[in-house]
Amino acid sequence: MGRYVIRRLLQAIPLLLLISVVLFLLMNNMGDPLATMGGRRPTRSQDRERLTRQLGLDKPVMVQYLYWLVGNDWAKADMDGDGVAETPGTRKGVLRGDLGTSLVNRKPVVEVIGERLPNTLLLMGAYEVIVILGALAVGIFSAVRQYSAIDHIVTGISFVLYSMPIFFMALLGIYIFSVSFQRWGLPYLPPNGMFTEQVGKTPGQVALHMILPVMSLALISLAGYSRYMRSTMLEVLHQDYIRTAKSKGLKRRYVLFTHALKNAALPIVTIVGLDLPSLLGGAIVTERIFAWPGMGRLFLDHVERVDVAVVMGILMLVSVAVIVFQILTDITYAWLDPRIRYS
Amino acid sequence: MSSSAETAAAIPKFQVDELEAPPLTLRQLTWRRFRRHKMALAGIVVLGLLFLYSFGGALFFSEDEANYTETGIMLQAPSAEHPFGTDTVGRDILKRSVFGGQISLVIGLTAMIVELVAGILIGSMSGYFGGLTDSLLMRFTEAVFVIPQLFLLIVMSKYFGGKIPNLEVLGRELSGSVIVVILIIGLTSWMYLARIVRAEFISLKEREFVLAARATGTPAREIIFRHILPSCMAPIIVSATLSVAAAILSESYISFLGLGVQAPTATWGNMLQAATSNFSRIESAPWFWLFPSLFILLTVLSINFVGDGLRDALDPRSRAV
Repeated sequence: MGRYVIRRLLQAIPLLLLISVVLFLLMNNMGDPLATMGGRRPTRSQDRERLTRQLGLDKPVMVQYLYWLVGNDWAKADMDGDGVAETPGTRKGVLRGDLGTSLVNRKPVVEVIGERLPNTLLLMGAYEVIVILGALAVGIFSAVRQYSAIDHIVTGISFVLYSMPIFFMALLGIYIFSVSFQRWGLPYLPPNGMFTEQVGKTPGQVALHMILPVMSLALISLAGYSRYMRSTMLEVLHQDYIRTAKSKGLKRRYVLFTHALKNAALPIVTIVGLDLPSLLGGAIVTERIFAWPGMGRLFLDHVERVDVAVVMGILMLVSVAVIVFQILTDITYAWLDPRIRYS
Repeated sequence: MSSSAETAAAIPKFQVDELEAPPLTLRQLTWRRFRRHKMALAGIVVLGLLFLYSFGGALFFSEDEANYTETGIMLQAPSAEHPFGTDTVGRDILKRSVFGGQISLVIGLTAMIVELVAGILIGSMSGYFGGLTDSLLMRFTEAVFVIPQLFLLIVMSKYFGGKIPNLEVLGRELSGSVIVVILIIGLTSWMYLARIVRAEFISLKEREFVLAARATGTPAREIIFRHILPSCMAPIIVSATLSVAAAILSESYISFLGLGVQAPTATWGNMLQAATSNFSRIESAPWFWLFPSLFILLTVLSINFVGDGLRDALDPRSRAV
């Protein structure tokens, strides 16, 4: 097992390098980073030249990539434009933990991402809890009542929810629970932001503002997860050891939750593990609709301004998270199911 | 007495009938299983209606009418004259949803073809040749897989955006962004298919018919496309069907974010962008976002049902009729 993990981690290194090269090449043709730097005024050509030099944008792409990766404190840059490189670089490079500086607000990328990451994690944590608990409940319920009327209804609803575009879910949520409830004089949910300015950022406020985005995200995933849970549960319920347990006269509840659930819930680990990291920024559309200040909106805003450092930072963070979670999923799976051995 | 004679007559007749019936072809078998899936049949009907709506609707009015702006009647609620209401510049939402539907459906289908070409090429080469080709291609596949699709779509739409000029297709002026959207959706969604094809190729290439083909000196290209590929069509068909739905959703997401198909060419996705760019419109003009969203939901739902039915029909483990 230990050797397996080490091998997977070593394999991840060339993979991440490949990803970063491809993304960096894409990134460098996204547009002109200087276009929006002068505010509303068009950037003057002398300023443009100076900025290009200072930001190192005059260098070939591969040199820029190298500086991004290992830093440029070993090289000198030509800052005053006289053709002689005289100023030593200050960047340390990604490999030494320096993700660079944002072009938009001149803050270190680590800080920019650090401000938003907790907001997204909060959204995702709540989402994941609801999806897992909900999927277990709905899946077991409809597996036990297979082919009953209620099972068919649940199947129908989950098919519709599964096909639902996230923005439609969000818009309906806003229109019903925020707009219409307010119109009817009922207590209503806040449609956007993280807290109401007048009240301030209290835990209660944040929780209230989380309900709509979390539920829109969760209901869609819940549909897929619970179908999956239902089919694994049905598979397990037809196995011999369940019949044995029943014939021993064990209580139905005990057979269901102690004998069957353990094995049936196992495959869920895989989907959760593979889903989790993509959620780090996967809620781009949701965060946009609900104006939630998380990673998805950060990404959109900085893509718009061609802020390569921040965009690369977010993408590499997500990529690392995906790979780490893939390995964690494998480990958890082997730990839960002793039959699985990695060589 | 008479009843036993009837039975005796019935039995041989039944047997003769059974003997004379030609064995069912694969296509007949598949259709028999498919038509049992009621929702999949309903899905096909709804899809047919949606195609009729967006392509047949174009017979009644032109795209210029759909793009006709009249600011005097902006954001009007549904009425007899404008059944789906009007948008921010007074365009008729019904007419726009007809032409938007054409683009959305075409993007779904063509992006699927791009995905098929990329996925089959990479998967089959990787599975058939194995060795270094396999490890290189699979590392690349993994690399693209690691980055969530929406991120890649956004970055790539910025990369290609505005680089393709507007096109004239069948008398219609199409924004070049349509081509960009088709390409980037196809190029960011082939990884799953490539893995399926690779797995099929790895198991099929060891079979006798491939050995026979190789022994007679058949070139690799022919073995791959004429001998092995037809044998793994079932999972490819299912995956291709479902990816049309995924492509339509992807298009609507990036167009919703304003990075997809650009105006004046309408799609269901970019109609939504205008409807939700200003928060007050979600509240004051629900028809503006409701109808395009409903069309997207209907399309995706029907395709998912059809895909589900196809999966049941094509799965060899449930082939009994």
